[in-house]
Amino acid sequence: MNGITRIARTLHWYVRQFTGEAKWDEYVAECATTGERPMTRREFEHRRDHQREHSPRAQCC
Amino acid sequence: MTARSMAIWGTVAVVGAVCWAVLALSRGEEVSALWILFAALASYAIAYRFYARFIAYRVLGVDDTRATPAERYDNGRDFDVTHRHVLFGHHFAAIAGAGPLVGPVLAAQMGYLPGTIWIIVGVILAGAVQDMVVLFFSMRRDGKSLGQMVREEIGVVGGIAALIAVFAIMIIILAVLALVVVNALAESPWGVFSIGLTIPIALFMGYYLRVLRPGRVSEVTAIGVGLLLLAIIGGGYVEQMGLEEALTLSKEQLTLGLVLYGFIASILPVWMLLTPRDYLSTFMKIGVIVLLAVGLVLAAPVLQQEAVTDFAREGTGPVFAGKLFPFVFITIACGALSGFHALISSGTTPKMVAKESQVRMIGYGGMLMESFVAISALIAASVIDPGLYFAMNSPAGATGGDPTTAAEFIAGLGFTITPDQLTAAAAAVEEQTLISRTGGAPTLAFGMSQVFTEAFGGGLAAFWYHFAIMFEALFILTAVDAGTRVGRFMLQDTIGNVWPKYADLSWKPASWSASAVVVGLWGYMLYVGVTDPLGGINQLFPLFGIANQLLAAIALTLCVTLLIKHGKVKWVWVPGVGLAWDLITTMTASYQKVFSDNPAIGYFTQRERYSDALDAGEVLAPATSTDQMEQVVFNSTLNGTLQALFALLVIVVVANAFLIWVKAVRAGGLPTTEVPWHESHLVAPSDFVATPAEKEAVREWEAAGHGPGYGGH
Repeated sequence: MNGITRIARTLHWYVRQFTGEAKWDEYVAECATTGERPMTRREFEHRRDHQREHSPRAQCC
Repeated sequence: MTARSMAIWGTVAVVGAVCWAVLALSRGEEVSALWILFAALASYAIAYRFYARFIAYRVLGVDDTRATPAERYDNGRDFDVTHRHVLFGHHFAAIAGAGPLVGPVLAAQMGYLPGTIWIIVGVILAGAVQDMVVLFFSMRRDGKSLGQMVREEIGVVGGIAALIAVFAIMIIILAVLALVVVNALAESPWGVFSIGLTIPIALFMGYYLRVLRPGRVSEVTAIGVGLLLLAIIGGGYVEQMGLEEALTLSKEQLTLGLVLYGFIASILPVWMLLTPRDYLSTFMKIGVIVLLAVGLVLAAPVLQQEAVTDFAREGTGPVFAGKLFPFVFITIACGALSGFHALISSGTTPKMVAKESQVRMIGYGGMLMESFVAISALIAASVIDPGLYFAMNSPAGATGGDPTTAAEFIAGLGFTITPDQLTAAAAAVEEQTLISRTGGAPTLAFGMSQVFTEAFGGGLAAFWYHFAIMFEALFILTAVDAGTRVGRFMLQDTIGNVWPKYADLSWKPASWSASAVVVGLWGYMLYVGVTDPLGGINQLFPLFGIANQLLAAIALTLCVTLLIKHGKVKWVWVPGVGLAWDLITTMTASYQKVFSDNPAIGYFTQRERYSDALDAGEVLAPATSTDQMEQVVFNSTLNGTLQALFALLVIVVVANAFLIWVKAVRAGGLPTTEVPWHESHLVAPSDFVATPAEKEAVREWEAAGHGPGYGGH
């Protein structure tokens, strides 16, 4: 793996982690190890919206 | 330390010392802004390497064999082991807002030097210490909130006072932030056009994420940012589109719009507006900060402002009244020490920390970054011509709002600018006027536009100006949305103690009425500021600054209390230095704002002066009618009362804590609510860069089949 692909990969990894998109990847991977059937992406994201609805996060000044 | 690292740190220390020496000794010569930038960076590096490390390991005793709440409860929701770099980004995005940008801009009226010194020294000894220590103590208590910790560790009286203080302070902060937006958008059709379009853009993004392509956040953020840039460019054509008149809004109209918007935004489901707006604002925030840092280095502008102006000594500045001590410390606010951060450092962030030792990079490091933003803002405000700076930041009552009268007023202050220059400066950024555009945002935008034009070339001053306005307004609006929601939750929770049904977050009558109360409160204060004949920013900003610093006093009091209770009396000076200085400055400022017999500073003297005149049937400038006179009387009473209330609440908390200190010192420590030790099985590095030994440990741990690679990158 040369330098540029490594930087690109790290950046891609960081962005997915930062935006929370990696949560889905982790969930799918976890289902694969436990043999559970994953819910749809839509259902998964609806659940996350629901959590956000009930946990306020202050933004600072 | 190895010889090599001693050589490196020796060099950093020398660079820092040289930069500071240049800043301290240059008078009346051309001073490059880069001296400030590098003095800051070198000081941060040394503080982070030595002082933060000392606090983490010696004072707090971070223990990586102890499992963090994220590791113990890991539920993938609020408790969530998060990679340190990712958490650093989240934490920084949550703490950074308009405060560190606006405060230093206003403080520039005292010259660039006082602000520079306080931003750097303050963050190292107070602000970053507070953020890190609160983060640590909350982490040791499963992420309890600041209010909860004060109640449990200090006492019920202190707890209730802290709760009221947090709520009241939040209302003031939201009102003042909203006032900054109103002042930036009033009579600016371009700004209104671009900011207005962020609402449909955010709604579209929300729909995209909910219905079209769930979860594709980076994709939709890229689309959103593209649309945002188009909205800024499009704003330049409002005249051609025939929208100029319709979008030229007065401050009163904008206030009404903001209040309605705030109410609707806080009752809509978060996925529709708040979440997508948050993505946009976070992206813009980080992007612009990086851009500004690069721009400053490339442009290497020369400071135009004096090092220390006469206003610092005489306290007669037009931007806000009062001398350097204590008002520079109040005005800078968030960039050096921010009580609001204690609300983020307790509650949200501590539930996501993977290893205890990471509180140093996240808490201390995050705050250093915020301080850097404040330094950049201070520089941007200090590279503007001082005549223009004061014309923009003096209240309309003083400048008369007209180029000729404004130029006369500026000459009276001892600076020179011609009416033509004022008109030309406004034309350069395609605004109708720049006179009395108070609030800090237009000044910062003008400074940034000047820096970017110098750095990147290309005659895009107007674009950069509106780009900067857009980015400030965007994240102030996000803070207002989020703050309203937090306020609503607090209110529902508090009332829920006596009427449990009200705490039900999905019960519409409760959530709607609580939202209406919160929006009503800040909306009202906003209206008071907008219509104030004396100028809303110079009346309300000190209240905002003092409120924020008083909240920090509560947080630092908690830190001192916990160190004493843990039997670490010998280390209380660590948060104690910041606390003592913070109490000295805020209490002096509060005292002056309440009791000063100078009507420009003391709210009640101001009230008396205007009410006496009113009784005598006179009208005092800048008021122009009896109605305005009555308004001044009412506003000064309100502001003075709030000011006294905040100070009183903090005194209650500190007094309550003092009793606990005495008790705990006598007993050599007291039991606290710290969660007992549980063994940690997680392996992850502590600092920004992993050491070879840490990398090896992570590799071994992963090879044994653990973890999804939290330590890797």
